[in-house]
Amino acid sequence: MNPILQVRQVNKRYGKVAALSGVSFDVAPGRIVGLLGPNGSGKTTLIKIICGLTSDYEGVVVIGDNPPGLAAKREIAYLPDRESLPDWLKVKDVLRYFADFYDDFDIARAAEMLVSLKVDAEKRVKALSKGMKEKLQLALVMCRRPKLYILDEPIAGVDPAARDLIMRTILQNFHEGASILLSTHIISDVEALFDDVIFLKDGEIALAGPAEDIRAREGKSIDQLFREVFAC
Amino acid sequence: MSYQFQNDSPIYAQIVDRFKRDIARGALLPGERVTPVRELALTLGVSLNTLQRALTDLEREGLLYTERTAGRFVTTDRSQADILRRALSERTAQTYVEALRDMNFTDGDILALTQRTLEPHTNKKEEDTP
Repeated sequence: MNPILQVRQVNKRYGKVAALSGVSFDVAPGRIVGLLGPNGSGKTTLIKIICGLTSDYEGVVVIGDNPPGLAAKREIAYLPDRESLPDWLKVKDVLRYFADFYDDFDIARAAEMLVSLKVDAEKRVKALSKGMKEKLQLALVMCRRPKLYILDEPIAGVDPAARDLIMRTILQNFHEGASILLSTHIISDVEALFDDVIFLKDGEIALAGPAEDIRAREGKSIDQLFREVFAC
Repeated sequence: MSYQFQNDSPIYAQIVDRFKRDIARGALLPGERVTPVRELALTLGVSLNTLQRALTDLEREGLLYTERTAGRFVTTDRSQADILRRALSERTAQTYVEALRDMNFTDGDILALTQRTLEPHTNKKEEDTP
């Protein structure tokens, strides 16, 4: 099967600082891929390139058959690492607003998710807590039917109970056959979910492959390995 | 994500072991329907691919079988559970004996210790039924 995402020899500099150097990997259909690295390792930069938000880079990125951009955006549902919601709207109106933007936006499913995540649809976005806003954003992404979900730090900054709920929401709702690229620096509770992992260290891939193979080869968990690779 | 996996072996292999244990101790009965894949993956907190790999292994070993539309079931061959039970009991006993031998206990010591450990239960039974 052709990969959903191909990244080849991607380099990105911010002035004199190399943010990404020679990054290459594939995401095959139906895989959950963990993009793992500490803060500042280049995860968000890489994700922004794939999502077409940064065009100033070297190398090749292909999503389905397209380079990053308008056509590729149809194949991707992206959860940014920061909040970007029209906060003057009520939650239920946010759903309508997004439904106008995306052909594949399933508004009924989004509403269902909000119920299970206990986000009040009648409230205005600005009245929601930080955690509630994050859950709303997650529902806006997971109710779509793309080939690739890109989730940038969906479980950072939430308590372990909410982490479970968020991961459950992701797993319950991601579309069969679609892939997930999920960046995180918290691994211990979620490592069993990953089919493949990519360790990003100072903008370079330090380790990549199927999670089960790595566990078998190294005789330790991805979490333990992560702590070793990124030991300060 | 309730189930805790060990760090040092592949998760699919641990799922296979868990199924075998459940079949051996009768938590999964012959002919019983296995929880649908997606739901089970959620309960275990593992990816669909990992679970699928474990289930395929179990099918290959003849412990589970799939019926095209109805789902996946535990083998109706009851002797399989007995075989698993015996294998598991032997493995558990072996681990126990090896651990004690490692602490330089003689076989006589191990037998005596086993006896002493079993006795409170036997006594209790006698008290229950005077």
